[in-house]
Amino acid sequence: MESLDRIILSLIVFVPMLGAALLMIFPRRDRDVRWFALAVTVAEFFLSLHLPVHFRAQLSGFQFEVNKSWISSPNIHYHLGVDGISLWLVVLTTFLTPLCVLISWKSIHERVKEFFILLLLLETAMIGVFLSLDLFLFYVFWEATLIPMALLIGMYGHERRVYAAVKFFLFTMVASVFMLAGIIWLYARTGSFDFVDLKHAISTGAVPGFAAAAPWLFLGFFIAFAVKVPLFPFHTWLPDAHVEAPTAGSVLLAGVLLKMGTYGLLRFNLGLFPEQARANAPWIIVLALIGIIYGALVAMVQTNLKKLIAYSSISHLGFVVLGTFSFTQAGLNGAMYVNLAHGISTGALFMLAGILHERRHTYEISEFGGLATPMPVYATFFLFVMLSSVGLPLLNGFIGEFLVLSGAFQANATYGILAATGVIWSACYLLWMYQRVFFGANKNPKNAHIEDMHGLERAALWPTLLLALVMGVAPILWLKAIDPAVHNALAPFAQTAARTVGQ
Amino acid sequence: MNDMTQHLPLSIDYIRILPELVLSGFGMLLMLLEPVLTGRRSARTLGYVAVLGSVSAFLATVNQMQIPAGSAFWNMVRVDSFSIFFHVVVLVVAILTILASFEYVEKQRLPAGEFYALILFGTVGMALMSSAMELVLIFIALEISSIATYVLAGLLRSDPKSSESSLKYFLLGSFATAFFLYGVAMVFGATGSTSIAAIGQRLSYAPTPLLAYLSVALMFVGLGFKVGAAPFHVWTPDVYEGAPAPVVGFMSTAPKAAVFAVMLRVVFEAKLPGTFWLIWALAALSMTIGNLGALRQMNIKRLLAYSSIAHAGYLLVAFATTAQDGIPAVMFYTASYAAMNVGAFAVVSHFANTGERYVTLNDYAGLGRRSPFLAAVFTVFLLSLIGIPATGGFFAKFYVFSAAVRSNLIGLTLIGVLNSAVAAYYYLRVVVAMYMKEPQGEIPVERIPASLGAVLILSLGATIWLGVLPGSVLGFAQRSAQYLLH
Repeated sequence: MESLDRIILSLIVFVPMLGAALLMIFPRRDRDVRWFALAVTVAEFFLSLHLPVHFRAQLSGFQFEVNKSWISSPNIHYHLGVDGISLWLVVLTTFLTPLCVLISWKSIHERVKEFFILLLLLETAMIGVFLSLDLFLFYVFWEATLIPMALLIGMYGHERRVYAAVKFFLFTMVASVFMLAGIIWLYARTGSFDFVDLKHAISTGAVPGFAAAAPWLFLGFFIAFAVKVPLFPFHTWLPDAHVEAPTAGSVLLAGVLLKMGTYGLLRFNLGLFPEQARANAPWIIVLALIGIIYGALVAMVQTNLKKLIAYSSISHLGFVVLGTFSFTQAGLNGAMYVNLAHGISTGALFMLAGILHERRHTYEISEFGGLATPMPVYATFFLFVMLSSVGLPLLNGFIGEFLVLSGAFQANATYGILAATGVIWSACYLLWMYQRVFFGANKNPKNAHIEDMHGLERAALWPTLLLALVMGVAPILWLKAIDPAVHNALAPFAQTAARTVGQ
Repeated sequence: MNDMTQHLPLSIDYIRILPELVLSGFGMLLMLLEPVLTGRRSARTLGYVAVLGSVSAFLATVNQMQIPAGSAFWNMVRVDSFSIFFHVVVLVVAILTILASFEYVEKQRLPAGEFYALILFGTVGMALMSSAMELVLIFIALEISSIATYVLAGLLRSDPKSSESSLKYFLLGSFATAFFLYGVAMVFGATGSTSIAAIGQRLSYAPTPLLAYLSVALMFVGLGFKVGAAPFHVWTPDVYEGAPAPVVGFMSTAPKAAVFAVMLRVVFEAKLPGTFWLIWALAALSMTIGNLGALRQMNIKRLLAYSSIAHAGYLLVAFATTAQDGIPAVMFYTASYAAMNVGAFAVVSHFANTGERYVTLNDYAGLGRRSPFLAAVFTVFLLSLIGIPATGGFFAKFYVFSAAVRSNLIGLTLIGVLNSAVAAYYYLRVVVAMYMKEPQGEIPVERIPASLGAVLILSLGATIWLGVLPGSVLGFAQRSAQYLLH
């Protein structure tokens, strides 16, 4: 086990990429390609379970670290490590990817090989983002997620796919060059890209000229992450990308890519620039609150199922940002938990929407109605997932939102009250949507003989349902790793607070 | 001037210009062979001879690493790892261009002997530019390289666009070299010498004469024209559009690398005054004009022409930084730009087919389906041109911008990074066309011949290698920079 501990992170990062490389020389037999992709992603999932099993929550700092010199000048390291914040995001990624393979089994029938190559490359890049502790390496993976995702949307999406793919690419690219400028500045002043070293250097005041540059650096990183989250008003790419993306693309976009933004905010904006984070928190929280309420209200009036889910994502991700910038233990725990719960529930919702699209080639809610009769199994799955997204107690959504709200109340009662309305809105738009799709008379003759879920689709959905339930009943399984990490992340904020009180 | 007492050159002097000698010899051999060789396979044979010539020159360059760094021919040339670096870049580009042209020369019925001989002669000039220590010799080398490329641009004789391209390039180019020469004359007036080392010394202890500023301005008009930097870029799109595609791949990389080597010497070794704001303005203009100009191009060659203007701009940013950071940044950038651009033009020239019919973005629609390999390789080159991590293009840009930040050029850095974001859009249009658009009509994609396949694999390998493991090349560049710093 000792030796495995040393290479486990590298394995987790590069196994999908290796799979993609093998797929490139694979013969074009679609069936075998699918099985191979499934085998790789499932193996990857079990491999990643090594992390939570052997993770020691009581230790602070990073675990399973690898730190090797990659390029000597500039001083770039291949530095990977995992802590309680990134741990579950990695597992979330490896959990969702095999489900994406399953859900794409039949719906992708053209250029199958390319599809799975892109999916595997995307997995490597996403995991790399969560595990990199060297800012240069982080940026490499961050940008590397862009291309496979843009290609997935652009090659396999729906009618306006090209527009959506290019918009997605440009929004993220433009935003992340600001982060790159910030990274270069930090390197020019410290000679290091290492997150741990930089954090130490900044907190001890060893970076020349930092005080003057810090607000700009904070902003540079913030813009890159805020576009990814997406925070109001940077959200306009998201509905387009989601509506046009193939199902697997939407699942990973909502499930993982958006989390890269919230992860970045917590890791880098709070981790490297605590004082700027505190100073900027008020307006960021306002943006988060606008996101929560505005996202929900816009979701309410959507006529397109996928767009509705997309806007609900904006609303849910608002909770994550709110929790993060509340600087409270509960708020941050909740933010991390909403990240995971949203990944599961929204991933499942997109899979369900995709199932409907495959049968009817439309996402328009008005095309449906009374689907509970011809599709009872589907309706039950949908109900379950929808309730988990609404935040029904005993399901995953509730825990995270509850924690975020209690954190927000501790920070400022107004935040809490406003955010709490978001929970009510989400119940409104989701239940109303459910009513319009599943209940009432089945008026549209095209829906009369619509086929219920088949085996593969059930196989893709069951794991999410089970996990939604377990996460709702036994959150401690997840929180026991998250809680100490969050506590550490909050340490500089406790100090600044103490200083203010002391004066 | 002790060297003047030495009347005859030593044998080591000849070793120091051996690559140029070998290239010239093979160039003449090609011209002698062409009338002798008739028959169907003659073009191919001439191609092999040209490859043999450039590979021999390459080996002669590698051999120069064995001998100690030093001057030859009374300080006219100096061979050190700086000159060897640029020799390698120029020669590798020449080898790849010749290999990539085999198919093109036969299909377009180009006069093979002239084509290959001109590439070798042009390479002589470029190689000499990187080792010349004397402004007059630099001028001669610049002319050798330019005249060869003027003719190469017009080799598609039946195509009026090609003739237009050649004539435009020739007229404007001669004008620009005249500016350069005038600048050299002014330097001589200001310092009493045309030797780079002597100029540097004189400028360091005497008050800077006003004439020196004028000479810098004039020299930069000439050099700026040769690298296609705005506002001296206007010829680029037209010339690139009309010239044969493999030639464009050649002339957008090798001569530019050589001229950048000259610029490095002028800026950092001769330490001519007043270059900072000049370069600042040239860089900012080139990046912005290049990228904005590329946005609306439908012809892939014009698009890549504007992109080359923008890349010249990124490169110029490094000239505004300190010598310590700037020289290796420029060297690394020219190498990785050569790798990706030669590769990109190899794809373009293969796909363009007989008479260069297929060169618009619409023709590329659906290439991902018709030729997955060609499309995938082209995508990597385009991503490298955008500057996506894990490619040489990203690392080159990154190195330039970190040098700029270290010299506190925050404004120029911001202009640069914003420009790279804009650039993503037009490169992406090509990727979008290849993968996300349906093909319009039947466009034949012919089998990739072995020589072209080798070129694609080599430039792909170099692009990725420079992006993933840039350490060795960077280290070499950093060590060579020492030779300019004394």
